[in-house]
Amino acid sequence: MSTYTGRREFLKRMAQGAGVATTGGLLWSFLLGQQRHARANMLRPPGALNEPDFAATCIKCGQCVQACPYGTLSLSPSGAEVPIGTPSFSPRDVPCYMCVDIPCMQACPTGALEHDLERIEDARMGVATIDHESCLSWQGLRCEICYRECPVRNDAITVENRPRRTSGHALFVPVVHASHCTGCGICEYVCPTEVAAIHVLPPELVQGKIGDHYLLSNDAEVDAGGGPSASPAGDHDAVPGLEYLNEGER
Amino acid sequence: MASSVGSWARRNRYLLARRCVQLGVLLAFYGTLHWGWSVFGEPLLAGNLSGSTLLGTIPLADPFALLQILMTGHVPLLEIFVGAAIVLGVYGLVGGRSFCAWVCPVNIVTDAGEGLRQRLQVKSGFRLPRHIRYVVFGLSLLLSALLGVAAFEWVSPIGILHREVIYGIGFGLAMLVGILIFDATVLRHGWCGHLCPLGAFWAQVGRVAQVRVAFVEASCTECGDCLKVCPEPQVLNLKAAARAGMVRSGECTNCARCIAACPEGSLAFALRARIRSVPPIRPGAAAPP
Repeated sequence: MSTYTGRREFLKRMAQGAGVATTGGLLWSFLLGQQRHARANMLRPPGALNEPDFAATCIKCGQCVQACPYGTLSLSPSGAEVPIGTPSFSPRDVPCYMCVDIPCMQACPTGALEHDLERIEDARMGVATIDHESCLSWQGLRCEICYRECPVRNDAITVENRPRRTSGHALFVPVVHASHCTGCGICEYVCPTEVAAIHVLPPELVQGKIGDHYLLSNDAEVDAGGGPSASPAGDHDAVPGLEYLNEGER
Repeated sequence: MASSVGSWARRNRYLLARRCVQLGVLLAFYGTLHWGWSVFGEPLLAGNLSGSTLLGTIPLADPFALLQILMTGHVPLLEIFVGAAIVLGVYGLVGGRSFCAWVCPVNIVTDAGEGLRQRLQVKSGFRLPRHIRYVVFGLSLLLSALLGVAAFEWVSPIGILHREVIYGIGFGLAMLVGILIFDATVLRHGWCGHLCPLGAFWAQVGRVAQVRVAFVEASCTECGDCLKVCPEPQVLNLKAAARAGMVRSGECTNCARCIAACPEGSLAFALRARIRSVPPIRPGAAAPP
């Protein structure tokens, strides 16, 4: 074989190899992309990093699943809506019972469940949301089971009364406060309606964000001296737009 | 009857030992999760092949999985580094790819595929170079870095088989059936022998492995029985093996099929340190007596 054909053969093989690698790589990336976005309303164990970091760090060993004394967690099988092999839980089946020593988190060898969570009450696995139209309390019954079973009741769920105009008595309705809700899902588990009227969802699916440029007058901090009416003249740089809004007042 | 079973068991002693270890590891994980197996009150082996804890204290982890996590730019906890180092050390001693032949559950599937291929007498013309596994290995790391997820761990049939046996059955077993059919009808030794990047990783570790298949040239009749049963026949280069005194390639899985097949007993397991390499014989020099 002459040098020329040898070289040509070599280049052809290199090109073929590159072609195979590129095709394989693209198909593989497609699969991974599908997996990475396969995230429905599943809840991660306490201490889980934010989803992209969690997806990168979780080694899918299932030691959190084994550490849970209640059988709450499961690793998702392939074909599920949760990225393959990662842990999650469905509170209507088994909720998180908020162990004080957080054994699932302690068992994680990679830190996908961050070990800095000290109190389980600080976990933010999800946020409870209430469907008013199927909630018994909103229909005028004295249910309030979610409130009574909530491990952080009076903080995460309160019962507030809503006077009604015509009928005899007021409604006593559960109200969720996201700032204290751990997302354990016990409320969803105990809800007596056929399909739970209270659902726990990942916080980012539920929670909005006001934005820093709004200053709320009913905010205690604003009233205490951080707000426009009380801010000293030299402090305006901190809040863009404040200068303009306050022109002529000083 | 009894003696024929005995002789069959003797002939297949390494195969039986490999199946015992493979199923034993799987059973240890399964028993710890489902039946609460423990030793001195500590759970026997919690987790799976990706990461586990032995006796409640000793961390174990898949170093290739750790490598992929590192490629995503995340630095996990120290525990996983310790676990990976222990596993790396163990396989560095017992031979890198001995993971493939002795522990990996997919080996059972691909061996079944090979059995099926022989039974059906499949002859296919499809070929791929063996080193394509290093391309897949490179892609695993590249895609981990580009997409921010451990690329092979997210599609690994090893992980799927292990997880779904230990933690419950899912759709992933279809992938294993796919591998079985691929090995049986498309490409001989297709998955383990050509594509698996974890095998490629352990093949590199196997370069320094201490347990090797030693080869004594003097008794070899060059019958070729070893080559017929070897799933990685490129490692059985008998000339090179005669010079080194052993099968040197890291791609050897230490499956011991060749040892069982050799009618002359020219092949046997030995520690690398105790194998003496033979200096190359100059042409024309007198053969040793």
